[in-house]
Amino acid sequence: MTDENLDTGIPVPEGDTDLIETDYDIGQDNIEGRVGPFGFDVHNPVFMISGLSVIAFVAYALIAPTQAADFFGWLRPALTSTFDWFFLSAANIFVLFCLLLIVLPLGKVRLGGADATPDYSYLGWFAMLFAAGMGIGLMFFGVLEPAYYFGTPWGDAPLGAIRPFDEDGNLIAANVQEARRMALAATSYHWALHPWAIYAVVALALALFSFNKGLPLSIRSAFYPILGERVWGWWGHAIDTVAVFATLFGLATSLGLGAQQANAGLNHIYGIPVGINTQVMLIIGITAIALVSVLRGLDGGVKVLSEINMGLAILLLLFVLFAAGAGVILTEFGRGLLAYAQEVIPLSNPIGREDDGYREGWTAFYWAWWISWSPFVGMFIARVSRGRTVREFITCVLIIPSLVCIFWMAVFGGAAINDMVTNTEDSAVMANVITNYSPELSLFAMLESLPLASITSTLGIVLVIVFFVTSSDSGSLVIDTITAGGKIDAPVPQRVFWCTFEGLVAIALLIGGGLGSLQAMVISTGLPFTIVLLLMCWAIFQGLRSEPR
Amino acid sequence: MFKRIMIPVDLAHDGNLERALQVACDLSAHYGAELVYVGVTGETPSSVAHTPAEFAAKLETFAKEETTARGGGSARAHTITAHDPAVEMDSMLEKAAGDLGADLVVMGSHIPNRFDFASHGGRVASHATCSVMLVRDQ
Repeated sequence: MTDENLDTGIPVPEGDTDLIETDYDIGQDNIEGRVGPFGFDVHNPVFMISGLSVIAFVAYALIAPTQAADFFGWLRPALTSTFDWFFLSAANIFVLFCLLLIVLPLGKVRLGGADATPDYSYLGWFAMLFAAGMGIGLMFFGVLEPAYYFGTPWGDAPLGAIRPFDEDGNLIAANVQEARRMALAATSYHWALHPWAIYAVVALALALFSFNKGLPLSIRSAFYPILGERVWGWWGHAIDTVAVFATLFGLATSLGLGAQQANAGLNHIYGIPVGINTQVMLIIGITAIALVSVLRGLDGGVKVLSEINMGLAILLLLFVLFAAGAGVILTEFGRGLLAYAQEVIPLSNPIGREDDGYREGWTAFYWAWWISWSPFVGMFIARVSRGRTVREFITCVLIIPSLVCIFWMAVFGGAAINDMVTNTEDSAVMANVITNYSPELSLFAMLESLPLASITSTLGIVLVIVFFVTSSDSGSLVIDTITAGGKIDAPVPQRVFWCTFEGLVAIALLIGGGLGSLQAMVISTGLPFTIVLLLMCWAIFQGLRSEPR
Repeated sequence: MFKRIMIPVDLAHDGNLERALQVACDLSAHYGAELVYVGVTGETPSSVAHTPAEFAAKLETFAKEETTARGGGSARAHTITAHDPAVEMDSMLEKAAGDLGADLVVMGSHIPNRFDFASHGGRVASHATCSVMLVRDQ
């Protein structure tokens, strides 16, 4: 709560902004009413079309599972291998655009007006940035990805790096240093500047057009400079609907696949059987906690959980750091940073490369994935970033999370690679990543190589589950806001609806099959959204130029 | 009897407030109490206003006009900015009643149906330390 002046009851004016003059009133297309005891206030037609199309796609995946799996199973790799150059180039443009905004005078513009003050402390803000957008990925890929690049025998090593193992799986000591360096650089490339630049572009566009230009907090608002008043019509409906669609399916399929991973972890540690029942219980549990969180609201639920989450993650990070040898790992971080700086340009080069397996199978896949998540994460970041200047915003959404991610990868990946190097013969990481590819166990395999494995593995499982909750609750808030035409004060039962709906979609796909194929579909939406994001850069530039600095 | 009367208003649905506003103005004239119009807004643009500052200005105008039209005593407006108004409304209003030193809260309220669970008035009444008067909209 910001309550500046109790005497007059009026907050200090927010300072100069350049409001966009439009005839559109927020909520003018909304329908309000009651269904039994539940009030609703939803945008017509975005709410209905998004809801119905989600049901239609679930039905398609359930009725024709083979066809759906074949089609989307073909579509996603077809897109990422055909358009890899496009994804790579676009991501490079986003990074350059963000870096440019830090140095240009435009960076002085403050989100929310010249005199606005930040809503959240740095700590709460960071916690929410991480928990919504990336936390779960760090848990899943922190060990998997560096270990994979280090040991891959499948020819998809980044930039054709040399292998540290010979044909029979024996260590070649002379190659270890170089392979380790490249593994950390290639992982950091996927988790540092590029993904955060993607999120930053979307978040900045939404924050600018909402807090400074007075347009509703919805994806369509960023297109005002391009489409003008047409954004309030079918163009806008289409943009918002696709955003809701990608967000809901992105969350639901991750929830379903995440439940399978958590189940595998529980089986590995406690011997809990792997089966649909356990997985459905996990989804119900995660959805129930997310429901409590959305009912308690942004400050009382989402922020609190994010901070708990951040605390637990730091605990695990520090444990791995010290258990694996702080000195070694910190050197590793220094090397990782240096390697990233050296290799980021060759790795992000979109043409004339021969490492197809890495570039198409990993990089383009990641870029499509981050981009398909960007409407959700971007909108959530926008909502909590009011009061920051553009320069501060980019620094904090781009540079600092990048450093944290490189550090995380150095710690988790470094510990995993150490295990692969020091006891190649019976390394659990080696067994679960290279010998038998069971990615969901990679984190636990690495923790087994350190002391207190039973405690830290439990902490790992809890973290995976809580990270799912923090994505699920913030996602429900975002979907609710978009489908309410940008209103953040729509009746609470609506967010309960979206949160529950997401859990139900996950359960339906888990039982009926189709998680994988629909996730492939979501990632395919990354291609059209890449074009959308490129247009957003131009819109941001236009929007910032007219702001008072 | 009363020195300061707080009246929470929802500028997006002010049609439902007719009777509550009239009662509050009558009471303020009767007891010579100050009227404080309280509005809660989010920070994103809403159907009422594009910025919290614009919301505050609108609430100020609303307070002046309504009080004059209904023959109330002295009046002022108090705007509260919330991160998540949909769930923070009740606790914000309770806190405002305390901060403002109000000794009576007059709130508009709709006729509850059997399964109603989202009554702002009911929750404020069960938590606030001062008197609370709920005025049905019909």
